[in-house]
Amino acid sequence: MAPGRGLAARAAAGAGATGGTAAARPAGPRIGLAGGGAVAASVAVLLVFLAAWEWLPRFFDVPAYILPPASRVWSEFWRMLAAERLLHHSGITALEVVAGFAIGSLLGALIGFVLGAAPRAELVLSPYILALQIAPKVAFAPLFVMWLGYTVYPKILVAVLIVFFPIMVNVLTAIRTVDPDLVNLARSFSATRWQIFRMIEYPATLPPLFSGLRIGATLAVIGVVVGELVGGNSGLGYLLVFGEGQGNTAMVFVTIIVLTLIGIVAYGAVVLAERRVLHYLPRAQHRTV
Amino acid sequence: MEPRIRIEFRRVCKRFVARERGTEEVTAVEDVSVAVRDGEVVSIIGPSGCGKSTLLNMGAGLYLPSAGEVYVDGERVAGPNPHVAFMLQKDLLLPWRTIRENVELGLEIRRVRAAERRERAMALIERCHLAGFERHYPHQLSGGMRQRAALARTLAVAPTVLLMDEPFSALDAQTKMILQQDLARTLAEEGKTALFITHDLVESIVLSDRILVMSPRPGRIVEEIPVDMPGRDAPIRRRLDARVGPLAAHLMEQLHIGEPVAAEAH
Ligand SMILES: Nc1ncnc2c1ncn2[C@@H]1O[C@H](COP(=O)(O)OP(=O)(O)OP(=O)(O)O)[C@@H](O)[C@H]1O
Ligand SMILES: [Mg+2]
Repeated sequence: MAPGRGLAARAAAGAGATGGTAAARPAGPRIGLAGGGAVAASVAVLLVFLAAWEWLPRFFDVPAYILPPASRVWSEFWRMLAAERLLHHSGITALEVVAGFAIGSLLGALIGFVLGAAPRAELVLSPYILALQIAPKVAFAPLFVMWLGYTVYPKILVAVLIVFFPIMVNVLTAIRTVDPDLVNLARSFSATRWQIFRMIEYPATLPPLFSGLRIGATLAVIGVVVGELVGGNSGLGYLLVFGEGQGNTAMVFVTIIVLTLIGIVAYGAVVLAERRVLHYLPRAQHRTV
Repeated sequence: MEPRIRIEFRRVCKRFVARERGTEEVTAVEDVSVAVRDGEVVSIIGPSGCGKSTLLNMGAGLYLPSAGEVYVDGERVAGPNPHVAFMLQKDLLLPWRTIRENVELGLEIRRVRAAERRERAMALIERCHLAGFERHYPHQLSGGMRQRAALARTLAVAPTVLLMDEPFSALDAQTKMILQQDLARTLAEEGKTALFITHDLVESIVLSDRILVMSPRPGRIVEEIPVDMPGRDAPIRRRLDARVGPLAAHLMEQLHIGEPVAAEAH
């Protein structure tokens, strides 16, 4: 199956813009703790949206190949489960997301800690880090496919690259902004360099590390999909290209929805982990789910 | 027999070299000699920026003097050492540790066994009136309680000398008096030696045996005033002494507070 170059290029451009966003903790809407009323209202919004999706296209005579109604997308979902190995492709994409996210965040955190501990090295490397940070990471996808072939590796590699930066930058900034008096306190107790890192610097970087991980979780999905759009015959990105080639709009919709679900699960997992690890933070700071 | 000297600064100077262009070398303290005897509490007062914190940091071994020497318990200070512990205006409690774990910090760094650490921490939490809060996190405590926890953490490593840099200056007036009372009692009961920096003149009078007045930068000791009043272990009582007012007035005069053109203009 020839990959759809046009779609790939467009997605790459869009993702590149997203990939460069600042690594700040997202100020998300505050759902969940406001009581049952908010949940009911959210469900109501969903129902209204689904109803509009189902009936408005018919009402305005929008053809199904432009905007298939909700029921059409739903039946396409079942067809894809049976005929297009939707689960298989979803599994591959999910695996690539998890691998890319795990490797990317591990490397990001590690390099962040190392550069944080070695200001000289950071000074020398900072122009290159900045250049790499500005470069649209998804533009590397074709290159990686050329290097590594139509395997899962180029997809994972794009995800690694795109996840790496927000996490590294967050960790580096956090280490730099640790209160020097805290470090002096530890020093006054004759702490070793390693003890200062383990007892002061490392725990102090955890909250910014987790905001980096949240961003990374969504970016990993983007990286993987772009990799799949560019080349290969598996994963949801491939299904996107395939659906486009068939003129099957409903198939594209189903794939987008499944991708979003994968992103939500990844993000949710990070949020859950964050709640466990950062349980000591005052409540108010917690409500940014 | 003359009581032993616990901490001594001998002709200490501290210059900060200019790191960035456009900044000049700063002489923070110049030719300062101070000796604090065992069990004595000495306060240092002086205008802002005169080098008080710098002096304390040299006592803790965080900075080395540019000239002169610092001795603690007869040993020359060449870096952080187990004889001293310091306490700042900021409580510096780690938000991810419970109060007990915070109190244990210094012991943990010094690799004291967990069981012993816990025992010592609990005893100090009790003595600092924080019993029942050992499993709370710092953000769940009031400012006064947090400062008590910081004091417990300082005492936990059993220092012979306590270095305190405006420890109560961020507290409200009532809390401050209560904490002063507790501190003074603890220092007296345990016979601890302390060097205490404050901007609160009355605090320096009620807490200490001796007050040292420093000049504006470069800081030197310009006057030494023994506080000849009873009740160093009970500041609230000492506060009522008739001699406190005149002594505070004298200190104000020494610091040129209230004069039309303040010396701090440069
Ligand atoms: N690390 C440093 N590098 C350069 N200059 C410093 C450093 N630390 C202190 N100084 C300078 O030394 C002088 C004395 O500072 P210090 O903090 O000891 O004053 P202080 O008496 O404690 O003041 P305050 O009462 O406001 O706390 C100041 O002019 C300050 O700018
Ligand atoms: Mg100071």
